[in-house]
Amino acid sequence: MAKMTGAQALIESLKQEKVDVIFGISGGALLPIHDVLYDSEIRHILARHEQGAAHMADGYARAIGKAGVCMATSGPGATNIVTGLANAYLDSSPVVALTGQVPTYSANTSYMIGRDAFQEADIIGITTPITKYNVQVKHASEVPHAVKSAFYIATSGRPGPTLVDLPKDTQTVKAEMDFSENLQIRGYKPNIDPHPLQIKKAVKLLMKAERPMILAGGGVNLSGASAELLQIAELLMMPVATTFMGKSCFPETHPLSMGNIGMHGTMLANKMILEADVLLAVGTRLQDRSTGTLDGFCPDAKIIHIDVDAAEIGKNVPVEVPIVGDAKPTLSMIYQRLANKIKKSKNNPWIKQVQEAKDKYLSELDLGSGDLTSPKLLKELRKLLPEQAIIATEVGQNQMWAALHFQTIKPRTFISSGGLGTMGFGFPAAIGAKVACPNSPVVDIAGDGSFRMTEQELGTSVTEDIPVVVIVLNNSMLGMVAQWQRLFYQKRYAAVKLGSVPDFAKLAQAYGAEGVHVGSMAEFSSVMKNALKTEVTTVIDVPICPDDDVFPMVPPGKGLKDTVGGL
Amino acid sequence: MEQKYVHIISTIVEHKPGVLYTVSNLFRRRGFNIDNISVGPTEEPGIARMTIMVTGDNRTIEQVIKQLNKLIDVLKVTRLDPENIVTRELALIKVNATSTKARSDIINYADIFRARVVDVCTESLMMEITGTSDKIDAFITLMKPFGIKEVARTGITSLSRGPKSVKIDD
Ligand SMILES: Cc1ncc(C[n+]2csc(CCOP(=O)(O)OP(=O)(O)O)c2C)c(N)n1
Repeated sequence: MAKMTGAQALIESLKQEKVDVIFGISGGALLPIHDVLYDSEIRHILARHEQGAAHMADGYARAIGKAGVCMATSGPGATNIVTGLANAYLDSSPVVALTGQVPTYSANTSYMIGRDAFQEADIIGITTPITKYNVQVKHASEVPHAVKSAFYIATSGRPGPTLVDLPKDTQTVKAEMDFSENLQIRGYKPNIDPHPLQIKKAVKLLMKAERPMILAGGGVNLSGASAELLQIAELLMMPVATTFMGKSCFPETHPLSMGNIGMHGTMLANKMILEADVLLAVGTRLQDRSTGTLDGFCPDAKIIHIDVDAAEIGKNVPVEVPIVGDAKPTLSMIYQRLANKIKKSKNNPWIKQVQEAKDKYLSELDLGSGDLTSPKLLKELRKLLPEQAIIATEVGQNQMWAALHFQTIKPRTFISSGGLGTMGFGFPAAIGAKVACPNSPVVDIAGDGSFRMTEQELGTSVTEDIPVVVIVLNNSMLGMVAQWQRLFYQKRYAAVKLGSVPDFAKLAQAYGAEGVHVGSMAEFSSVMKNALKTEVTTVIDVPICPDDDVFPMVPPGKGLKDTVGGL
Repeated sequence: MEQKYVHIISTIVEHKPGVLYTVSNLFRRRGFNIDNISVGPTEEPGIARMTIMVTGDNRTIEQVIKQLNKLIDVLKVTRLDPENIVTRELALIKVNATSTKARSDIINYADIFRARVVDVCTESLMMEITGTSDKIDAFITLMKPFGIKEVARTGITSLSRGPKSVKIDD
């Protein structure tokens, strides 16, 4: 037992959790912490807006699979991270937020919390519905336990954001600190290992299947189950479709890859999944953007649903075999039970059908007319980047084009806001990912609207020396909204025209970054090659046609069978 | 549409500030309706029981239970078997009682319902009644003609019958 201040205990606890970086912005209610941080080994990356800090922590977590930490002062600092936490919550990303709070008591020992003190916000109340767990530390001595719980809960089971609120006096008061605790949280026991009986049922169903298919979701990325997924897919010759969040968990260059399903899934995946007689859905919550209307979703399939969160199973889609368990041990158990019993030949009729469909799909794939379309750019980008390069995206058409046309190969290389659809997420998330994986190139595929929401993090990127590449697919529009207005509102373009202000290249230069406009594919290639070599962030402004639509698309309220083509 | 039923969910929670908010907020956010809720400490220090009455089809109730189970301060969630429980609610009812006739009528009814008069003044009577919510509803209906001044109800609380108890580590 050691006597130290709450702030010292916080830093000590963070060290124990192997935290090497914190993204944040300081303020009065964090001064004692920052003062201790000053002498510590932990790197503090000063963001330009707390939303950016939260997304950086999120991007860091998604890239590396370890909790990302963000820190904000009381009141406005804390409320500015709310979008970041909601974003992490909906995508099950382990972000630990530390917030300063007004003191529990002031010098004259009367309470300050609850009195609308300067910069007081009830961040516990505000974040209750968007965090997996949050806690306000009431005494300095509670710091080690609170931090340990926050990290454990954020990263175990179904991951998610947690928040520790630290009133200023708990940071300065000295107390006996116990770091040795063997954490036991009686209300929290995530179920990691699947029930053997359910595994048996799943195996039986898979062995009998004639047209089996896998639908892999974000849970596969989160649990690091890509290798197990690949094993099963190859053993049973099962085509693999991914959800939007599942992208990158299965190599899209693999013959069994169908690409993404969903509202902007590939025609191939959306059609083939309807043919399946057994669907192995793993680590997905079968959300409406993935399934389309439920009445037409997988009409003939018996569904095996694996999820670490019991509440997800049967929430949206009735299933034949529910399996509560983490994707990695569950897939591994299924594989082991199948391995010595079966090996499907490559020549079975189902695989032939799938292969034919894939060939047809690829031959019909239209990347748009003209030299420099977004799909063509993304295909070219794939050629220019190594396999481990990380793609982050903003939200809108840019995001859907990236999901459709940039083939991911390694797990955790596609970072995008799936659940909340947060414009402005991609750029700070890219910065966080670069901090996590300094040796991988990191590229943010942006829309001009989204980039405007967090472009000020160029300041962070440049001063903190975190070089990423931002490709702005610039249509001077809130493109995805315009697409909906084009398709469903008789081209009445209300509130979507952004104009071409600012000049993104100059904007980047103003921050000390590189900024370039490109007009042709050849120009793009050479600029991109340079950008990968330079040690500073590069913003590449690519004008695209404002009338381009993202296709295929499942019109709202329709099923996967109604996927309409185009591109 | 699946048939909707009234369900009673017994929830053991950490007895600390904010837990009621967390639980009720979950219902609000997910669009589940709480018909009735009561909270109080249990025999074990630091642990409280919430009894929650919800109307919904079986799938809704399954979701309610699963989502409640995910809350870290929730230690145990059980759906009580409606055939095999004791359910009680307490109500305090203040009625106008200006005439002697009214007074004796009210006291007669109260006797039949095993309600107790707990406060008397020249214009009104206050009664305490415990029982199932139905019984209290019926008593209140009977009291209406006299003129009800105020009603306060606790919300229901329930335990299953028999020797078994809900243990946290089940
Ligand atoms: C914070 C936020 N505000 C509004 C929206 C609604 N929205 C979804 S897509 C979109 C347009 C995105 O425009 P842009 O970033 O330029 O990308 P594009 O679709 O043109 O590629 C908007 C406004 C959102 N998703 N997030």
